[in-house]
Amino acid sequence: MKPLIELVDIRKTYFLEALQVPVLKGITLNIVPGELVALMGASGSGKTTLMNLLGCLDRPTSGKYALDGEEISGLSTDQRALVRSRKIGFVFQSFNLLPRTSALENVLMPMSYSPDHLPEKQARKRAAELLDLVGLSDRMDHEPSQLSGGQQQRVAIARSLINRPPILLADEPTGNLDSRTSREILQMFQRLNEEQQLTIILVTHDRHVAEHCKRVIRVKDGLIESGAFGTASEPLAIGAPGDVAA
Amino acid sequence: MHGLLKTAKTSLRALKRNTMRTMLTALGIIIGIAAVIALAQIGKGSSNAVREQIKRMGANKLMVNPGAINNGGISLGSGTRMSLTFADATAIERDCPDVRWAAPIVHAHGQVIHGQYNWQPNLIDGTTSAYLHIRNWMPLKAGRTFTRQEVRSAAEVCILGQTLIRHLFPSGHALGKTVRLDNVSLRVIGVLTRKGANMMGWDQDDILVAPWTTIKYRIPSGKPVTAAASTLGGGINTLNQLYPETSLALYTTPSATETADTPDPTIFMHADLIMCSAVSSKLIPAAIREIDALLRQRHHLTAAQGNDFTVRPLTALSNMLTTTTNLMTHLLLGVAFISLVVGGVGIMNIMLVSVTERTREIGLRMAVGARGRDILQQFLMESIVLCLLGGALGIALGQGVATFMRVFLQWPTAVSVRAIIAAVAVSAAVGLVFGYYPAWKASRLDPIEALRYE
Repeated sequence: MKPLIELVDIRKTYFLEALQVPVLKGITLNIVPGELVALMGASGSGKTTLMNLLGCLDRPTSGKYALDGEEISGLSTDQRALVRSRKIGFVFQSFNLLPRTSALENVLMPMSYSPDHLPEKQARKRAAELLDLVGLSDRMDHEPSQLSGGQQQRVAIARSLINRPPILLADEPTGNLDSRTSREILQMFQRLNEEQQLTIILVTHDRHVAEHCKRVIRVKDGLIESGAFGTASEPLAIGAPGDVAA
Repeated sequence: MHGLLKTAKTSLRALKRNTMRTMLTALGIIIGIAAVIALAQIGKGSSNAVREQIKRMGANKLMVNPGAINNGGISLGSGTRMSLTFADATAIERDCPDVRWAAPIVHAHGQVIHGQYNWQPNLIDGTTSAYLHIRNWMPLKAGRTFTRQEVRSAAEVCILGQTLIRHLFPSGHALGKTVRLDNVSLRVIGVLTRKGANMMGWDQDDILVAPWTTIKYRIPSGKPVTAAASTLGGGINTLNQLYPETSLALYTTPSATETADTPDPTIFMHADLIMCSAVSSKLIPAAIREIDALLRQRHHLTAAQGNDFTVRPLTALSNMLTTTTNLMTHLLLGVAFISLVVGGVGIMNIMLVSVTERTREIGLRMAVGARGRDILQQFLMESIVLCLLGGALGIALGQGVATFMRVFLQWPTAVSVRAIIAAVAVSAAVGLVFGYYPAWKASRLDPIEALRYE
């Protein structure tokens, strides 16, 4: 199957005054459509940097990144914003809902930056359907302060899907939730993955979260430890991904 | 347009999220605009009142003086030539469309007597009833002005100013009584309202007004002023003895016996002055041109000849009029500017706080696809909407204050549409100018860092 995400020898180096800090040292990986992948790594491993690159929030120092067949690494800031709007849905650890704004309005928010303008009525209908999908059809007019953590995260998931992106990028989505709610949220990701054929990348440091995923990519010290290639080859035990790519 | 409307809606929603702060932020603009609107209304009212006052003093007035006589190289000054006739005044009033009134004036001087009281008025003016219109003395305090018939027949009537009334009629009842001027009895048919001193400090109420014919033909002192020109010669300047007068004597000088025998040998039809009023102060230049053209024609002046008269507006007054209006305008501009800056700084301050406070929101919006310019547009729109809301409230508040002033304090106010339009424009401009920096700052945030901002 044609990969949805294809990273080839991605490197990211931060320049702090005279100091060069290499964070990603040559990442190569593939993710095909319909995968539920966990991106794991300890803090400082480069996991977050990799996620920012995958989410088109940042650009690599070198390397190739093809998203849905489109080369991303050379795009300008505005072009990347457009890619984010169309291809990627974000779910954050701290939900990041707009305060004092109803759940429905929160879900609608990303639509205002989408290039294809949907009529107000249709947009509302789509948002309502998504809230229904995450089981909050009776909470549409509630503001975040009136919702529990799990409910807030579900609103955030509905929001991430409003522009119908092929990829959902979740950054520690259960980090602020208790274990029972976490399980519910993770089951929701699984359901979305199975029912909607949505490609989901869960960034986490939690082993229990990773257990819900079909595949685990482990990052360590700026390199991929295992799981660089899902369906193409079985996860490697240990290795230098750069070599594999070459 | 649709996108802009949507952004405005989003901004409104964002502002509604923190109503209290929105109100406090807008307070600067509200007070500023309210001050401008209230001051504009009060200022316009006062300005109108002052303008009315100045107009009353005669800002539309035009003086037509006869030219100067040049006698043996010696100019005798303005008004010495007998070039203006009473018919000129009538023609000016009839033929110049931008002149509303034209009154010929002859001066006299002398003692006015009533019973045991007597007084030397400053001015004894022989004129027509148009004079009272020009000098804004209509309506009279009491009585009536003289009729055409009275002017034509040199009726022995007069109208007195307040100073004369005070000195001649301590009892206050002057109407219908008779005063004597140079042994001519004049019946008092009208009393003028009080005007007070003019800009030069002269008492304007120290005046007797009579038909010009009466002054001209009945009052002996009405003649010498104009007659002087006909009897030029001896005694004016010692140079006359060195260089005998060469110009023709227009009129023979009557001997003492002749004067006694024929009291009025020539009927002079010449006015000392013609006072006109233009239809409005704006039309003064047009009126001057018309009078100039008409009199040149009437006086049969060829293109080579200069005017034998001069037409002058009361420049000091019309200058005062423009100065007053400009002063008011500048005052308002000053107030508007201060309120603009104060309100704007408040807006900028709070918008900067708002940007900092909403860093995560900005990060989130960027993550879901907002470009820098979307964020810029949104924050700019927010500050403009905020300012326009503040402006609208300010207009309402200012209107209320002005109405209060008018109703309860009896201040003259006038609705200034220009101030309202300016207020709206200024609020939008303040929002745009002072909202730009915070909005620009917001648009330059890095989404990764913004999302992580605590």
